[in-house]
Amino acid sequence: MSNTMEEGREWPLYEVFVRARGGLDHKHVGSLHASDARMAIDHARDLYTRRQEGVSIWVVPSKEITASDPAETDSLFEPARDKIYRHPTFYEIPDEVKTL
Amino acid sequence: MYTQALDTLGAEAASLGEGALEQRFLARVDAEEKIEPKDWMPARYRNTLIRQISQHAHSEIVGMLPEGNWITRAPTLKRKAILIAKVQDEGGHGAYLYSAAETLGVSRDQLIDQLLSGKAKYSSIFNYPTPTWADVGAIGWLVDGAAIMNQIPLCRCSYGPYARGMVRVCREESFHQRQGYDLMLHLARGTPEQKRMAQEALNRWWWPALMMFGPSDANSTHSGDSQRWKIKRFSNDELRQKFVDFTVPQAKFLDLSVPDPLLRWDEAKQMHTFGPIDWNEFDQVLKGNGPCNVERLAARRHAHAEGQWVRDAASAYAEKQRQRAITQAA
Repeated sequence: MSNTMEEGREWPLYEVFVRARGGLDHKHVGSLHASDARMAIDHARDLYTRRQEGVSIWVVPSKEITASDPAETDSLFEPARDKIYRHPTFYEIPDEVKTL
Repeated sequence: MYTQALDTLGAEAASLGEGALEQRFLARVDAEEKIEPKDWMPARYRNTLIRQISQHAHSEIVGMLPEGNWITRAPTLKRKAILIAKVQDEGGHGAYLYSAAETLGVSRDQLIDQLLSGKAKYSSIFNYPTPTWADVGAIGWLVDGAAIMNQIPLCRCSYGPYARGMVRVCREESFHQRQGYDLMLHLARGTPEQKRMAQEALNRWWWPALMMFGPSDANSTHSGDSQRWKIKRFSNDELRQKFVDFTVPQAKFLDLSVPDPLLRWDEAKQMHTFGPIDWNEFDQVLKGNGPCNVERLAARRHAHAEGQWVRDAASAYAEKQRQRAITQAA
């Protein structure tokens, strides 16, 4: 994608995930460049948690992430659309039956 | 995570014609769906976004300079802490925006090169000087106020990474505007000298702030496509009018006067009418002939050059650690 990156001069890109509070999942918040993972954590702290937005940070080299292809959206996700029997609301249970 | 983005475009574009892809793209935009980095998009949409987002990023970075030079001279420790936090936010906003631009296939180094070589544009407002402490207040109140007016609609723009970045920026920008107004309020209620200082800062920043919304609709070259693509939701003149209507009562509360003899409230239209903007001045500043264009760019180049050894050292350290890990594993 970028020539400079292929030449290895530009610092690698990291994706940043932040846990907002204890008990919650880490959530993707953005990306940044850093010379290594340690610096990526330090930069992520300065860039994404200046207002107490997090209690824990993950950084992942962007090139390590494999993403699904938008062109395959239909073939990947369409098959789930007509399987409504996977949801509890599909089943009508008589009112007399409790705690189900 | 977007570095593999372009790989899939070839196959998809080949299976559908360019025209059909564009139709599908426009239909998605019309349906208020977000366009994401790996989705097909017209080259003109991509280029428009790269230009707009990178100019926006450059503006944030250069925008650190006019206020940054007051950090060491802030009148109190409280004001100093606030100003440092604000300037740090501007740097952060630049970083969010560069990241968003990079998802479109341009590298950070290319973007920085464009800024430092003088090829890229940034907001004309940052080429004005900040001769007094009151300018820091006027910038927060007026410049950040105008920026918020421009940026809030961008939170709903059709390009996902830009819209998400803007949500974050807008959340932080409100602090910038309020601390500026708070500063102005203190000066306006202070000694006659302080009040005069506040008035003079308002006089300096009012017209440049109105120019931040860009050329009048009749002369705006990029608006048509941007509105079609839902990058831009309101016209320059609509946003400028809204800004004037919001800001004039705020000036009145400060008991300061807006430097426009033609400004008046139009009861019938329920809006303010205001005097003509000096577009010649705007053009001159954009062309590089503003009061501080040369100084701003020189400061950026200097900072970049002075930081080179730090970047080199960090790279060398990372490489050494990598080599050491390989040796230990072997």
